[in-house]
Amino acid sequence: MSYTRRTKDALAKRVAQDIHDGAYVNLGIGQPTLVANHLPPGIEVILHSENGILGMGPAPASGQEDYDLINAGKQPVSLLPGGAFFHHADSFAMMRGGHLDICVLGAFQVSATGDLANWSTGEPGSIPAVGGAMDLAIGAKQTWVMMDLLTKQGTSKVVPQCSYPLTGIGCVKRIYSDLATLECTPQGLRLIDTVEGLSLDELQRLVGLPIAAPATPA
Amino acid sequence: MINKIASSVAEALHGVRDGATVLIGGFGTAGIPNELIAGLIEQGARELTVVNNNAGNGEHGLAALLKTGRVRKIICSFPRQADSQVFDGLYRSKQIELELVPQGNLAERLRAAGAGIGAFFTPTGYGTELAKNADGSPKETRVIDGRPYVLEYPIHGDVALIKAERGDRWGNLVYRKAARNFGPVMATAAKRCIASVFDIAELGALDPETIVTPGIHVSAVVKIARVATQAGGFKEAA
Repeated sequence: MSYTRRTKDALAKRVAQDIHDGAYVNLGIGQPTLVANHLPPGIEVILHSENGILGMGPAPASGQEDYDLINAGKQPVSLLPGGAFFHHADSFAMMRGGHLDICVLGAFQVSATGDLANWSTGEPGSIPAVGGAMDLAIGAKQTWVMMDLLTKQGTSKVVPQCSYPLTGIGCVKRIYSDLATLECTPQGLRLIDTVEGLSLDELQRLVGLPIAAPATPA
Repeated sequence: MINKIASSVAEALHGVRDGATVLIGGFGTAGIPNELIAGLIEQGARELTVVNNNAGNGEHGLAALLKTGRVRKIICSFPRQADSQVFDGLYRSKQIELELVPQGNLAERLRAAGAGIGAFFTPTGYGTELAKNADGSPKETRVIDGRPYVLEYPIHGDVALIKAERGDRWGNLVYRKAARNFGPVMATAAKRCIASVFDIAELGALDPETIVTPGIHVSAVVKIARVATQAGGFKEAA
């Protein structure tokens, strides 16, 4: 059987479809920011930015940028009606205190039990930088990862144990990838869905780890 | 009469000593007290420890301070950026010490300093390389109600340099949008907090319901020329 990978936009749409009305959500820098473009119409989702914003809106029109109003990636954004500003300690208390419903992050590697590596490849001589990654990973009620399932070399980024430096332990609940959506549990991986034409057997072969059948028929 | 208004940046920065720990506000393009950093370069204090979220961008502001070679150590969460070449060079040639701190731990360690907390247990960083001390030994940990935590200590500043929007002679401050970021916590965490503002308000003119930093935390307020805040040093859509 042949199958097609989800495009970055299709993947963002797949993530967005699982975000519920009224959710407080932090979208990590990079690919996760695309999710904001695909939120289902008719629901209200409040976006959090680590630098002290709730109710963050899209990028302003060209010429309307305000550099006192930027997102975690330092790009100009807007504030929706009802939005609020607060200082950094409050912003991270919001994360660490478990007040955010969902955060969506990129990843280098995720273990079957939800360990996350997304801040450093541990390359000798590289300059480390962590930002808010560790706070986000362990803070939200649910941490979701959004990534390609395989590296460019074709090896799985879902691994028995992360070889890259850890961001957090057992913190990832779901992996949304270009080929499949997986749940991480203390017992290991469980399937949520695959792209059309990709069997569970073939997925297990690609990942190299056992994947339990969906909890309820997909 | 209390009058915390300084007539110039130089006057506000008078007395910053060699070896001081300097907390510098700002995140990205927002809330960076560039005029105060320029004043600190002019002032000449050496052997500084600087606390900021980043480690300078481009050649201006914090990057220019680093370039003077007067910063011994930087405590930050995200030094590596597309245009952090000044820091990168100093770090690679071992001319600056880096203490990398997860951003929320950085904010909370500052908050703890300002709030008189001796140390706190945080879940952030548990089980990672950042739960180690500078000598590689593990930081103290504890399991509380089944969840593991790392013990983190406060970061006290000798001086905080922050940027606010408006202030008055009692040192009350209001901020603008996401330029607030680290300002309010850094103000509480330093022995002296120096704030740059675009406007000085008459006492009583700031709405007491909207004052974010009460003047008790502020030693000096200095008015600077209003500039259009812009992406100084940041590449577009980096």
